[in-house]
Amino acid sequence: MTAEMTGIGVSPGAVYAPVARLAPVPAPPADTGPEPDPAAALARARAALEAVAADLDERAEAATGTTADILDAQSMMPRDPALADQVEKALANGRSTPHAVIEAYGFFRSALEAAGGYLAERAADLDDLRDRTIAVLLDRPMPGLPDPGHPFVLVANDLAPADTAALDPAKVVAIITEQGGPTSHTAILAKSMGLPAVVACPAAAALADGTEVLVDGGTGLVVPDPEPGRVRRVLDAEAKRTAALAASRGPGRTADGHAVQLLVNLGSQADLAAAAAVDSEGVGLFRTEFLFLDRETAPTVDEQVEAYGQVFAAFAGRKVVVRTLDAGADKPLAFVDHGDEPNPALGVRGIRLARTESGASLLDDQLTAIAAAAAEHSAEVWVMAPMVATPAEAAAFADRCRAHGLPTAGTMIEVPAAALRASRVLDGCDFASLGTNDLGQYTLAADRMNGALADLLDPWQPALLDLVSLAAEAGREAEKPVGVCGEAASDPLLACVLVGLGVTSLSMAPSAVAAVRAELAVRTLADCAGMAAAALHANEADEARRAVAAY
Amino acid sequence: MSERRVTIASTVGLHARPAKMFAKLAAEQPAKVTIAKEGQEPVDARSLLMLLTLDAKGGDEVVLTAEGEGAEASLDALAAELQTNRDEP
Repeated sequence: MTAEMTGIGVSPGAVYAPVARLAPVPAPPADTGPEPDPAAALARARAALEAVAADLDERAEAATGTTADILDAQSMMPRDPALADQVEKALANGRSTPHAVIEAYGFFRSALEAAGGYLAERAADLDDLRDRTIAVLLDRPMPGLPDPGHPFVLVANDLAPADTAALDPAKVVAIITEQGGPTSHTAILAKSMGLPAVVACPAAAALADGTEVLVDGGTGLVVPDPEPGRVRRVLDAEAKRTAALAASRGPGRTADGHAVQLLVNLGSQADLAAAAAVDSEGVGLFRTEFLFLDRETAPTVDEQVEAYGQVFAAFAGRKVVVRTLDAGADKPLAFVDHGDEPNPALGVRGIRLARTESGASLLDDQLTAIAAAAAEHSAEVWVMAPMVATPAEAAAFADRCRAHGLPTAGTMIEVPAAALRASRVLDGCDFASLGTNDLGQYTLAADRMNGALADLLDPWQPALLDLVSLAAEAGREAEKPVGVCGEAASDPLLACVLVGLGVTSLSMAPSAVAAVRAELAVRTLADCAGMAAAALHANEADEARRAVAAY
Repeated sequence: MSERRVTIASTVGLHARPAKMFAKLAAEQPAKVTIAKEGQEPVDARSLLMLLTLDAKGGDEVVLTAEGEGAEASLDALAAELQTNRDEP
């Protein structure tokens, strides 16, 4: 029996099936360059690149939505004029045709890798295109998906969009990759197809074809040759989860009836209709930046009244928490002088803009517009300020809101100082909402834009949960609501942990609401408290996740 | 030779979907257009790969340069594209 392994669960669901590995890529022959006829060699390379692109086009046509969009971008790469230029250069430098192709892709691969983060994850896409091109040049079948003739768990070093797009959900029942991250194509596509998936699981390299594995795409757990009892337990829980998901409706409740408001995050007018259609109690985070970015002058009060009114109308009778403008040197406005800041994340952003005269007048106009729109509609409008650090800032903001006729004013808690002194922050305002993404960035001192620090930015970091706990406790004492409106709220297990810590509402991507509601519905408040205690007891984010999954 | 300075509107920058749409539009233009970040080598606007390596972020200023027939019209179209927020929905 092989030891169980863990990766990052990126798409929920549990299955038990045999492994089939992705077919290996053809190894290129030794470099026999220089080519006797470089012009003919270039023509052959171009033809191979075109064949790869045409194959992707074909797959894109058969696909829909996100998948088609990604494949369409992929097919542009083999046809990229700059790639052909690099092939030509490598041929002139004496490479054989396959090696010229490898070198050309390699040139862009290192450039993307050097850029880091999002772009480094795109580097795997290039490797896949390179392998396909080599296969065409060598007249071998394109590296592709296995077909063992029965449903299987696909295991690969990493998957490229072309692989995931061709997946037949009737055959592939789950995906495990050794590499990749939560934002890799594998993760995005698996989620959109509803396939359980575990990424960043290096131990999966040891999984051989035919090995029976138990995979949990929610927790990231992979168990080779599991005991029958364990399989039954996990699959029973999965059946309960899917049944609960299908039946999920109405306000959020734990199994013993403790109410937890489930709300959606909203960031643009384009998402409004879809967000309003979701069965939720309202908007927990209405980001207003979209009105201010990408323009030369500030929006007028009338224009803002109109925009806020559309949102309030769509959520008539429900709660809408408006977050005032969160701009700053990282999200600069054309009509505000942000100066030159060496550390924009630590600079004059959010409510700090109100320290300047122009920032204060922007805020006053915004509050005027929110109040005017709220008066015209039946939505229950709350307002909160981003980047509050001190009780004085929270109180000053609340006073300003009340002066504009907005009765319910609160504070985002995303600066550790505000979490540490949450009870005093709550003294001067009506509610708080924890922005776990920024709170994580500031607590772990890890830049959200830096992919190399993704583990520190994991919302399961126990230090982050400690601060959530402090703020929730302060809310309970003051009898004022303290919610969460970050990534953390959309992970069903973590949502239970947050409820166990005392959080009163959860605001998330609209697509996450049903799964969170279903998970809460099968846990009592005491379960949630036990899960929270298990998470706080851990030393690492991974350990916290595992402890809660095993609870 | 014509030149245009533009600030990138999409908050993700010239990556992913915004980069794809820009490269496609550039390939449709009669004039050959290059794009550069301040103080860096210009790259072919039709090349998605070069656009990605340019690593232009939302709010960055870039310089578009075009030569030949239809240069002004090509610049107009591409500048307008960069000034449109194409963030993923």
